[in-house]
Amino acid sequence: MAELNITERQAGDVTVLDMSGKITIGEGSVALRTAIRRLLEEQKKRILLNLAGVGYIDSSGIGELVSSYTAINKDNGELKLLNLTQKLQDLLTITKLLTVFDVYENEAEALNSYK
Amino acid sequence: MEWLSERPCLNPVTVETTELSLPSRLETVAEAAAAVADFVSRSGVSDDAAFGIDMAVREAVTNAVIHGNSKDEDKVVDIILKSSPEAVEISVHDQGAGFNPNEVPDPTAEENLLKTSGRGILFMRNFMDEVDWFVPPEGGTTVRMLKRR
Repeated sequence: MAELNITERQAGDVTVLDMSGKITIGEGSVALRTAIRRLLEEQKKRILLNLAGVGYIDSSGIGELVSSYTAINKDNGELKLLNLTQKLQDLLTITKLLTVFDVYENEAEALNSYK
Repeated sequence: MEWLSERPCLNPVTVETTELSLPSRLETVAEAAAAVADFVSRSGVSDDAAFGIDMAVREAVTNAVIHGNSKDEDKVVDIILKSSPEAVEISVHDQGAGFNPNEVPDPTAEENLLKTSGRGILFMRNFMDEVDWFVPPEGGTTVRMLKRR
């Protein structure tokens, strides 16, 4: 079984990635990077990461989230995060990245926030 | 490693020790984490402490494999796990050129927030009660991490 499973769905012009598993150094981080690159190549630049099923992330995974955020912003897109677990929220607090990412607990609210 | 034997706080009657020597490849991170999880579950720490130890070990071993040993599979990562009534102590040793944690920029500084790496030490320090780096006489770098009960 893959370390990180990613399922893509479309909600209007926002692409939602439902993710479950681990975003850690190696396979998990690479899977996220590959998914984001593919979406940008397909001109899908409004991306919502649903992290409800991500129970574990390490510093490499956090770095990959930052890398995704930067790549999407550079391409004039928007990356937002949905349904952080408490542990992931704690890690984003420790790293002060909660001040960087746009984070939501409600999908409808997240979808409505895209400009 | 001399400094390990100089720690009188550990009661030799009740100390459990496990040593691992693993190759310098990325898969080692998960292998080490699994071994530590097994050790920690036997030592009876809380779930929160076990989570923190797991995070810290993954970061320490990642650093040893990537930055210490540069993924050179001729070099190994040595891990020593000690459990006592007072604490769980984990040492991770690499065979690299040496490491100074003070040279790592603060990843929470405004100008570093969007950097894609450099947060591992922050996690190690956050989740463990003590984190120290040593350069032992035989070379390389050892990081010793302690989680009190």
